[in-house]
Amino acid sequence: MSELRKERIDRPIKARTDDIYALMGYKEISYLLLPRVLPIAVLLILPLIVPNLYYLRVLNIALSFAILAASWDFLANYVGLVSLGHALFFGIGAYTAGAFSAYFDLPIFVTIPLATLIGATISTALIYPTLKVRGVYFSLITLAFPLLLARLIEATDILGGTLGITDVEGFPNPWVESYLLIFSLIVVVFGLRRLLGEDLGIVLRAIKDNDLTVEASGINVNKYRAIAVFISSAIASFVGAYTAHSYMFVGLPYLNLEYSIFPIAATVVGGMSSIAGAAIGAFILVPLSEALREFGTLRIAIYSLLLMLFIAIRPEGIYMFLWRKYHQIERWVKA
Amino acid sequence: MEVLLNFLIYGLVQSAFLSLVAIGFSLTYGISRLPNFAHGALYILAGFLIWNGLNVWKIGYLPSVILAIVLTALIGYSLYYGIIIRVRGMEVSEVIATFAFSFVVVELLRYFGLFGLSYTLPPFLRGSLEFAGVVLDYQRLIVIISTVALVAFLYFFTHYTKIGLAFRAIAQDEQVAMMLGIDSDKVAALSLAFGSALAALAAAIWIPVSQLASESALEILLYALVVSILGGLGSVTGVIVASLIIGYAQVFTASFIAPHYQMIVALVAIIILLLTKPSGIFGKQKELEERV
Repeated sequence: MSELRKERIDRPIKARTDDIYALMGYKEISYLLLPRVLPIAVLLILPLIVPNLYYLRVLNIALSFAILAASWDFLANYVGLVSLGHALFFGIGAYTAGAFSAYFDLPIFVTIPLATLIGATISTALIYPTLKVRGVYFSLITLAFPLLLARLIEATDILGGTLGITDVEGFPNPWVESYLLIFSLIVVVFGLRRLLGEDLGIVLRAIKDNDLTVEASGINVNKYRAIAVFISSAIASFVGAYTAHSYMFVGLPYLNLEYSIFPIAATVVGGMSSIAGAAIGAFILVPLSEALREFGTLRIAIYSLLLMLFIAIRPEGIYMFLWRKYHQIERWVKA
Repeated sequence: MEVLLNFLIYGLVQSAFLSLVAIGFSLTYGISRLPNFAHGALYILAGFLIWNGLNVWKIGYLPSVILAIVLTALIGYSLYYGIIIRVRGMEVSEVIATFAFSFVVVELLRYFGLFGLSYTLPPFLRGSLEFAGVVLDYQRLIVIISTVALVAFLYFFTHYTKIGLAFRAIAQDEQVAMMLGIDSDKVAALSLAFGSALAALAAAIWIPVSQLASESALEILLYALVVSILGGLGSVTGVIVASLIIGYAQVFTASFIAPHYQMIVALVAIIILLLTKPSGIFGKQKELEERV
């Protein structure tokens, strides 16, 4: 009787398509294409097959949280800036779009891009002083930012004060509303994954691993961190602007902690450091929390519990699990 | 004159409250580098337990306070062995895990009705004393006295008891401490329990003059963070000095500008500090290694 141990190795087809890159016929090509084309196809079809407007609304929420989670994942797990205040970026984007729409009567296709850019600029300027601290200190400070902004709006009564801005223009029809988000999600997920393979992404990942080494190589670490914050906050501001137009309202709830904790929960449940995992997590958590809506805030307790359990027990998340099943085989071998 | 005295005394009360809240957080982080983001939630939970002891189980004030402190310490201890030990050393995961735990606690309490201004605890002693035209109730006096007593106790605890010495040993040099037979996990769990107990103590002393609402969990956590960062994480002297600065600044803005700006003052203090001296006023952390 010899001892057996479980061995996990890559499938041969993965080696052919991944390392050597020898595509021989439709099998290899479809092996490569399936995980990329299938989610896109499903996303594009989803708005057509949902039974009613309520489910379309849930789908939109899931999509917007997926984009938000992707931007958090990018900043936290690729650049090493773990923000506990993603609601800041989201809220700034929402307020910018809301103010432009309500006070200047700009059309929706102008306010959203404008809010994306201006929101990202404001966010980066706010976050910039804190970039020289890192690790847990950055988290401590970003946690305070959305609250600071909320208190400031409350105290000075600008931008609608505690009542918020209510006359924000809505979307012309539900198809625009959904497909805008779907295309954005696709662009964000694939764009970010592509970006991380480019030179910029390599520098950012290096900063996460060891920023002193990067600095020693003559690269301005703070500048690259600021670029990363700009990218991430632009994405989050876009989602904020979208949500503002979608609900036709901007107010203090946009700076709620829920918008900070949700992207974290989605990313951890879905799988950290993969961007796509964050989106998967959002697509699991949003329907779950919608199903629990009748319990009110208890849904936050439930996904926080999931978040805690996942980070302690299954930190790899769902994405890595799927990745392993798709790319690797397990077998018992003699030890 | 009266206004000045009023300002001085209430600034002292606010400072005492801030150090009371921050000292537990700072202690846990200083000893075992464990950022306990559940600090505010544990504070609220302890307040809830005391309220329950008083009004539901009806076991009297002092027993409920002691029960709440012991239970909160136990929760902190089991939080370490249940969850944090699995992510130990990965600071980001520690932050996320404790933050998630705090959400679980706060949202559960909120679900069971703990929100709004309807809950509070009675003061230990009713009545007030008047001193040169300034009225100060006994409970606020107790806040000041117990903060001073707590700091004195902590000094003796960390300098003259075995556990306290082990705490300091781990804080100063973990590896050498481990070589001398100090279990670093045990010390970390105890330090978390200790920090949680301090949060419970703060709740027992402060809630009688404020209120018991799940919304204040985040505020308490932020105050603890702000004071600890300003003072330099892990330094008791820093906590006291930072609480005095922020406490007086807050009372100043509240009485001369507008009460809305209280929290803003605390947060702006942090941002100014970060721009000028990132390691905090009394920061012991090595700047290059920790913050860059």
